[in-house]
Amino acid sequence: MTSILRVRALRKEFAVHERPPGVAAALRSMLHREYKKIIAVDGIDLDIQPGERVGFLGPNGAGKTTALKIFSGLLHPTSGEVLVDGHEPRRREDAFLKKIMLVLGQKQQLLWDLPPSETFELNRAVYDVPRAQYEATMRELTALLGLEDLVKRPSRTLSLGERMKCELAAALVHRPRVLFLDEPTIGLDVSMQATVRDFVKRYNEQHGATLLLTSHYMEDVAQLCPRVIVIDRGAILYDGALGDLVTRIRPDRRIVLRFSRPVAESDLAALATVVRHSAGESVLQVPKEAVNAVVGRALANLPVSDLTVQSPPLEEVMSELFARNRPRAATGEAPP
Amino acid sequence: MSLRNTARALPTLLRVGLAEAVAYRAEMFVWVLATTMPLVMLALWTAVAREGGGGALGRYGQSGFTAYFLSAFIVRQLTGCWAFYEMNVDVRQGTLGMRLLRPVHPLAAYTVENIAAVPMRALVSLPAALVALAVLQPRGLTRDPALWALWTASLLGAWSITLFVNLAVGCSAFFIEQSLKLMDLWLVLYFVLSGYTIPIDLFSPRVQSLVDWLPFRYQLGFPVAIMTGALGRQEAAALLIRQWAWVAATAGVTAVLWRRGIARFGAHGG
Repeated sequence: MTSILRVRALRKEFAVHERPPGVAAALRSMLHREYKKIIAVDGIDLDIQPGERVGFLGPNGAGKTTALKIFSGLLHPTSGEVLVDGHEPRRREDAFLKKIMLVLGQKQQLLWDLPPSETFELNRAVYDVPRAQYEATMRELTALLGLEDLVKRPSRTLSLGERMKCELAAALVHRPRVLFLDEPTIGLDVSMQATVRDFVKRYNEQHGATLLLTSHYMEDVAQLCPRVIVIDRGAILYDGALGDLVTRIRPDRRIVLRFSRPVAESDLAALATVVRHSAGESVLQVPKEAVNAVVGRALANLPVSDLTVQSPPLEEVMSELFARNRPRAATGEAPP
Repeated sequence: MSLRNTARALPTLLRVGLAEAVAYRAEMFVWVLATTMPLVMLALWTAVAREGGGGALGRYGQSGFTAYFLSAFIVRQLTGCWAFYEMNVDVRQGTLGMRLLRPVHPLAAYTVENIAAVPMRALVSLPAALVALAVLQPRGLTRDPALWALWTASLLGAWSITLFVNLAVGCSAFFIEQSLKLMDLWLVLYFVLSGYTIPIDLFSPRVQSLVDWLPFRYQLGFPVAIMTGALGRQEAAALLIRQWAWVAATAGVTAVLWRRGIARFGAHGG
């Protein structure tokens, strides 16, 4: 199958002005500016197939947003090749722009003082969406996102979550085949995050759109993305299934125990490493191969009322992956 | 980003632009008030002429000043543009990216938004100016249809220069952080040299000949001069050519700044 996003040896450098604090340094910088080269994306390769949902993960400053902006044509690569459905993004041809959309959680395209319906109508016109298709799309988006009461109120009066729902609807008026989502759930409450996630997943399933998502909320990634690409300091650390990443980085398991009466921490420490302990609930960390034995001993010796076995939280997996990469990055060693 | 796309979307762009202008009705009213300087200058110059000039200064008597400054008010309302401000915000805050993602050229979008605001401004300001003209009946307005035809072309030229200067200053935000100061500088020169506060023909002949070569007069004073019958057909036609040369020059500068600026935006991000 032909990749819908093909990236080869992509590199992006920025020259950033630097100066020490103080008046003298400020005056010196008026005459002579010093620039430091920052490598935001460092020779990455990747292929994404049509209809895939891919999580693009990394710490702040890893190069995720820079990469998304390159894929959508807003930034030009320093070197390397990017093709989105056969188009070179930096050329920003109409045919390309009509196939993609970039949603930035912290930037908006809604017209601030007008109701979202005006932005939808504007996008219908500029993307040349046939009226019948537009009306069908809006009916669908209105139903899925619950926009009925929102679209006639000025955007500035909407809450953050309401605005994000309308941003998503505005982004999808032309039914893009490739959707780049940069932190679409940032600042939203848990229930709104779930609404946005469900909607994005349904859009992907119904329209076969390709999805590349960045998010600091691991739940977004866990729920939406069978495949993840982890990037740090501009380089790809991992590209594959989310489950495999967890198994590779943190093969241990978490056993969550709930008790019918209080248990001393020392009794639990005899079984395994105690991650968290309170009167009614404790969490143990055990090697994968020891799970059965520890569960058996816990059930036999402790007043267990409920027990679940889980993978470590994704946040911890990612932290460990980045922590492991730091010394390797310093020595130039290959990522884990 | 094809012209065809922009042309197809034009009615909706205009309609939404008008809706935005209507939404900013308080700001619009303040903007109209802020452009009433010609009316202030009318009172000032009339008083100066009455006190010191025996009722007239140069070719301007009471009626002459009335015709001049009401014409200046009308031309200002129809050619005003603040695209530089919006561009500056878009470039500095990175929201230009959202415009670049649409298959309509951002400069075309800024232009259409400006055009869309004209009817609203005209609706607010022109009735007042027309009533004033009817009541005061200044005799200084031209009655030559050929000059009115030239006036229409000069008004379009004045609007074009103002728009391109706005867009060029907006583009300067790609390169400098305080691009708004450039417009402040331009406006200072504009207020003095365009005929906005002082009719050009009250300057000395040397200054007048200098002003003829600068763009400011063609943003306002030139259409006003045609309206008030200060120019004959031939002189107006000759100046019209010079005005449109400025249109071409400012358009060229805008195009170069945009191309270089957008390359910089693509290299450095927003």
